[in-house]
Amino acid sequence: MSDSSSSDRVVRVASGQGFWGDWLEAPRRQVEGGPVDYLMLDYLAEVTMSIVQKQKERDPNMGYARDFIGAMESVFPAVADRGVKVIANAGGVNPVACAHAVLAAADKAGVRGKLKLGVVTGDDLLPRLDELLAAGHELKHMETGEPLSTVRDRVLSANAYIGSTPIVEALQRGANVVITGRSTDTALTMAPLRYEFGWAADDWDKMASGIIAGHILECGAQASGGNCLHEWRDIPDLANVGYPIAEARADGTFVITKHPNTGGRVSVPGVTEQLVYEMGDPHAYITPDVVADFTSIRLQADGENRVRVHGITGGPATPFLKVSIAYRAGYKAVGTLVYSWPDAMEKAELADRVLRERLHNLGLSFDHILTEFVGVSSTHGSLAGSAGDVPEVQLRIGVRGPDRAAVERFTRELAPLVLNGPPSVTGFAGGRPKVEEIVAYWPALIDKRAVSTHVDILE
Amino acid sequence: MHVRLLDIAHARSGDKGDTANVGVIALKPEWYAVLEQYLTADVVAKHYQGQLTGKVERFELPNLGAVNFLLHGALDGGGTLSLKTDAQGKVYSTSVLRLVLDVPDDIASAAGLPRAPGA
Repeated sequence: MSDSSSSDRVVRVASGQGFWGDWLEAPRRQVEGGPVDYLMLDYLAEVTMSIVQKQKERDPNMGYARDFIGAMESVFPAVADRGVKVIANAGGVNPVACAHAVLAAADKAGVRGKLKLGVVTGDDLLPRLDELLAAGHELKHMETGEPLSTVRDRVLSANAYIGSTPIVEALQRGANVVITGRSTDTALTMAPLRYEFGWAADDWDKMASGIIAGHILECGAQASGGNCLHEWRDIPDLANVGYPIAEARADGTFVITKHPNTGGRVSVPGVTEQLVYEMGDPHAYITPDVVADFTSIRLQADGENRVRVHGITGGPATPFLKVSIAYRAGYKAVGTLVYSWPDAMEKAELADRVLRERLHNLGLSFDHILTEFVGVSSTHGSLAGSAGDVPEVQLRIGVRGPDRAAVERFTRELAPLVLNGPPSVTGFAGGRPKVEEIVAYWPALIDKRAVSTHVDILE
Repeated sequence: MHVRLLDIAHARSGDKGDTANVGVIALKPEWYAVLEQYLTADVVAKHYQGQLTGKVERFELPNLGAVNFLLHGALDGGGTLSLKTDAQGKVYSTSVLRLVLDVPDDIASAAGLPRAPGA
């Protein structure tokens, strides 16, 4: 921190995970491939919170992203000996249990004495939900306006998206690993920059710069050549793709790059693709810390695999936090069969009609039945036009509804079609479709003052 | 002159609930003006006619040479409710590129836009 005033000082934040299920190799490659100061690991998507909540109900010591323990094991040498710090929202609905699992792994690896864990809690509103509703927080659905009371008895999890402040506090208190629950993805990158450069919480342009660096990093390799449509054939060596790194400076500018001798590509068009990913109104990218303006961003090529990002502005944060609520919303199942040439599409269409007639005759009702023809129209619908006499088509039928028994019965109606439906059908080796409980997502807002976060340091 | 969006732009798409977002980015900086002028919310809504239960919103990002669209009601309920293969709207980025724009000849040739094959 002593040279924080120097405009030349660079802080490197490396993205090592874009979701729970991302490449297991990435965290280790990020700390071994070149100099980095922070490793940022984003594990949580909207649906993830309900999954970890179910796991915690079965076992009170679970409820976090278990991949994180393996990731930590793979980077222990860098954290223990080279001062790399880790920021992760791996805590799910049980950050304390997650921290204890990391400590146990550190014990085994003989590095426990070198870890100082900052554990951020307070985002979990489930235990306080009735108290909050009674106090007048309606937690209305952000799109439909319905009050939460309509699904209250089916709620599985409720978490406020929290910002960078508690992460900054953990770093100030000496943590070298910070574990949060439902932090925003972007705060994981912004917090260490705010801490390192001593940015004021109301320095909106700097806050916005950190958030936009976070937006670029939060999906892992999507900023460095993964899922990149622009000149995709020319993106080299995706097998060894380098995950993105932000080299940030005190003035709020940063360069997106990746380690040398890695695959992938960091380019202006590629970073632009990531910037527009999951974007709403670009003038108002709302976070707990700041409202960032994506129309202020300037990108500039800065040498091979380097993109300079500057010009970013932001404005005051809103008085609200977003709340992510998961609730049980019925059941669904999806099954598939494959029909072959000749007339594959016509056979699949007939099979669909036969199946629907049988469901009808059985008196089964669903909220929705969706039929898709994979290989013909499942992704582009009618825009795909007529494909002619295709070599094969996968018939994909899904149902959803409140009645588990009806969905279960649907799963028994697919296999018979192999013998008692249209000809030239195969691809049923996977067996009957699985009935899944739908855990739906209820976005709401809450007054910031109703949520308080806490930081505990564990050693 | 007919111009395929595929020939003048690239794109990335994602989801927010039942809404798909599609960011369309000009392949050359000078082609952004064509997107701004001709790739309107109405043109995109017409392209997806019958596939959306909600409206189309458009936002301009001249700084990135991009326009961002929100396609409301594109994802069969979205997230875990959706029965679609593309429940998260990942490949709306490509269906949008099937769009063919009708650009006046003088503007198209001044901008050096490639003519759609067969058009």
